[in-house]
Amino acid sequence: MSSSVTGLPLLSILIVLPLIAGALCFVLKAKGARWTALVATLLEFALSLYLWAQYAPDGAQWQFVEKMPLGGGVSWALGIDGIALMLIVLTAFLMPICIGASWRSIEKRVPEYMAYFLMMEALIMGSFSAQDLFLFYIFFEGGLIPMFLIIGVWGGTERIKASYKFFLYTFFGSVLMLIAMIYMATTAQTSSIPALMAYDFSRQAQTWLFLAFLASFAVKLPMWPVHTWLPDAHVQAPTAGSVILAGVLLKLGGYGFIRFSLPMFPDGSLQFVPLMFGLSIVAAIYTSLVALVQTDMKKLIAYSSVAHMAFVTFGLFAMNRQGIEGAMLVMLGHGLVSGALFLCVGVVYDRLHTREIARYGGLSNNMPGYALLFMIFTMASIGLPSTSNFVGEFLSMVGTYQVSTWAAIAACFSTILAAAYMLWLYWRICFGTQRHADAAAMADLSIREWWLLAPVVLAVFWMGLYPESFLRPIRNDVGRLQTRLERVVPRSDSGLTLGKGAAHMEHGAMR
Amino acid sequence: MGRFEALLPELILSIGGTILMMLAAFTGRRGSAFVSWLAVGLLLVATAALVGAPSHAGLVFDGFVSEDLFASFGKAIMFPAAAVAIIAAQGWFERDHEHSSEYSVLIVFAAVGMSVMVSATSLVALYVGLELTSLASYVLASYRRTDERSAEAGLKYFVLGALASGILLYGISLLYGFTGTMSFNGLAAAFGRGAPSLGLLFGLVFVLAGLAFKASAVPFHMWTPDVYEGAPTPVTAFFATAPKAAAVFLATRLCLEGLAPAADAWRQIVIFAALASIFLGAIAAYGQTNIKRLLAYSSINNVGFALVGLAAGGPQGGSAVLFYMAVYVVMNLGAFLCVLWMRDEDGRPVESIASLSGLAQTRPAFAWAMAFFMFSLAGIPPLFGFWPKLLVFQAAVAAGYSAFAVAAILGTVIGAYYYLKVVKVMFFDEPAAPYARLREPVQGMLILLAAIIVSPLGYLLVGPLGSLTDRAAGSLF
Repeated sequence: MSSSVTGLPLLSILIVLPLIAGALCFVLKAKGARWTALVATLLEFALSLYLWAQYAPDGAQWQFVEKMPLGGGVSWALGIDGIALMLIVLTAFLMPICIGASWRSIEKRVPEYMAYFLMMEALIMGSFSAQDLFLFYIFFEGGLIPMFLIIGVWGGTERIKASYKFFLYTFFGSVLMLIAMIYMATTAQTSSIPALMAYDFSRQAQTWLFLAFLASFAVKLPMWPVHTWLPDAHVQAPTAGSVILAGVLLKLGGYGFIRFSLPMFPDGSLQFVPLMFGLSIVAAIYTSLVALVQTDMKKLIAYSSVAHMAFVTFGLFAMNRQGIEGAMLVMLGHGLVSGALFLCVGVVYDRLHTREIARYGGLSNNMPGYALLFMIFTMASIGLPSTSNFVGEFLSMVGTYQVSTWAAIAACFSTILAAAYMLWLYWRICFGTQRHADAAAMADLSIREWWLLAPVVLAVFWMGLYPESFLRPIRNDVGRLQTRLERVVPRSDSGLTLGKGAAHMEHGAMR
Repeated sequence: MGRFEALLPELILSIGGTILMMLAAFTGRRGSAFVSWLAVGLLLVATAALVGAPSHAGLVFDGFVSEDLFASFGKAIMFPAAAVAIIAAQGWFERDHEHSSEYSVLIVFAAVGMSVMVSATSLVALYVGLELTSLASYVLASYRRTDERSAEAGLKYFVLGALASGILLYGISLLYGFTGTMSFNGLAAAFGRGAPSLGLLFGLVFVLAGLAFKASAVPFHMWTPDVYEGAPTPVTAFFATAPKAAAVFLATRLCLEGLAPAADAWRQIVIFAALASIFLGAIAAYGQTNIKRLLAYSSINNVGFALVGLAAGGPQGGSAVLFYMAVYVVMNLGAFLCVLWMRDEDGRPVESIASLSGLAQTRPAFAWAMAFFMFSLAGIPPLFGFWPKLLVFQAAVAAGYSAFAVAAILGTVIGAYYYLKVVKVMFFDEPAAPYARLREPVQGMLILLAAIIVSPLGYLLVGPLGSLTDRAAGSLF
């Protein structure tokens, strides 16, 4: 069923290419390793764009399918749908930016650093394209090793504690999922993800399976109250590490909900909607308040990530089209915007080597270019219309409102709080008086930094102004998921009844 | 002569071993390198001789031993492991003029004992094989006679081992007294006749306790850290791999063949031993500063996981145990070969974990090999050590013991901490004094080979090795 025109195993290439480049980095010197990593990640990006171009939104559900049995019930089975495709494109887009962001700021053990990043890219690509349960687990867990090393070797002063916390927290969540996977493969007699997405487990089993998968994905996403590893990991990781953590690794949690929890355990999901909404409400309000009082820039953005991820869980567990599409767009938008915000922190951190908000101020005077871009990303993070996050958050809220009024109200409050902490952060850094001479003497963005941030600006506006490009590939997949969830969609508490007024006639085409 | 044909590997090893002993006695210290290479050759020839009759001869000598695929699979793991232990000793003992040829001869005899262990289908053969291995092991543990720690290890091992042998013999005599038979088939028939009597149950418990000692499963693990630390490193590498695998295989055959009808009786013991080993092995390793002690606790921890497969029982559980031990032996040999390479500038062995500091910067390839073995022992994908763990859990879940599997897998998270600690020391810390560079190309190749097997490339083995272990375990049913 491969729809690849060339007949090449494109997804395998997507996974193997960074691995080869990573191995090559080990034998090179710093400069060679930098260029190898950059070229390899750019090739990956080109390849992902080719996949996007070749992907037929109205075609088969799974495209670019490859399958090679390895024996013992596991197979090298790859294939992507629109949801995986968009996340692969996001990953491939952010990777060259990460390499660029580390160009000067990483001085020690450069070849190793580049090799770990490439290794991680391969494992992430593998997680998004795996079609075998255990193959997915291998890629999903394997990503811990390079991230552990990146935080531990190149991180800040508390790096060792942060790396352990990151590793053990996520590992703990995942082993429970592994037992659930084994149970599924044993019961259904298959480890193929597409087959399992159509398999009906007993109601009781679904309850336990959902909880086991929740243990893994809630930690990964992260959801309140298991988010505490994230601020530590973010603060200690080098800039590029934070970008990839916020931009892509967190998305693995959301992807897991879309790929596993919802289609495989619809009854289990329905049963836990109140729990998911409850946790998301706390995350949306509480972590926003926590973000408000942070004095460390990276920590503030890290907490804002947790709050934004609540929109993903809101949307997904509303289980309607707007909700799921919104959740998907929030993931993509947040991947771009939080990645860019971490880059912005990295820009000033490289100059002043502190993340204390109070050490900055009035940067719009000496760094106008930086202030402009930072403003754009701040607005996008708040969810200003015409930026990427607006579309996702709006859809997610619309979806949520159809199910629970209170959850939707909490989500709205979260955006207000987001405006509060982001604008206040921006004000303290870019406006006001220049209290510190060293901060006032910082140079504006270099050419390299412009090259890193400008593509993200374009993507943010593209997604905000014409989200259709990103919705088109996932529309049919969301439709399939909806069909699967049809019989369990949670009942609305707002008692909406469809009227038959003029509005109905006017917007009939939309429905 | 069909019967002797089935015993070809054992015959090669015992006759060859005796000849080597003569050679060793007459050439003395000068011939030690020659004798050890001959011993390696002998073990490899014996491995090659496993093909053919030894793999399907079935019961020989009136049901004394069974030469089936299960036994052959065990031998195919243990003989090469023993050969690696001999190679590992080269360049180790020479420094203090202690290395004479007995080392290789003892290992060859231990290999004979182990091959009797894995093919035993009678309680007498079980005991004879076990004692042959143990006697050779006691001597090996105290091989470095000028070293107090080594002498202590040997004595400790001997005293505790003798106690365990006594317990085992007592259990055997109870089983014999209540059933009137020594053969596994007879035992199975006796247990199959209805609810086992109290005497039979006692016999079963005592026999399993004796075997748990040899496999260093909790609560009979106390000797392991001390003996592993005190014994010369090549000997520790041997203890942690071949005899341990032999004990686990023996327990597997006994439980799944001889005691099969009494599964309800032994399963609770095995489940307890598995969980206790996993958690004790994981928690007690926390404070260790000596890499050999750490690996000792790691081996206790790993035996626990192998026992998860045994507790699951059935062909799937048996196959998972075989797979687990095969990969375990490779990971551990690799890890111990790396430990062997830890020498200071003067070539003296170093054993502290702190001396590994910053190895990733001074010796990247060495550090990576060690990291591979550590991640693999911890069972973290994408390394191959993950797969056998998956198989034993799969067997447990398929047998309906999901809660047990969940309890066991939580142990991997606790255990992951200390494996990560070794990686942390090697990768995150500032470089310590560099190690001496050794000229041991054969050992280097072996480390490389083991690292390739535990790397993600190992997944290519999932199919062939899996079908082999399936067939080997199938020969028990």
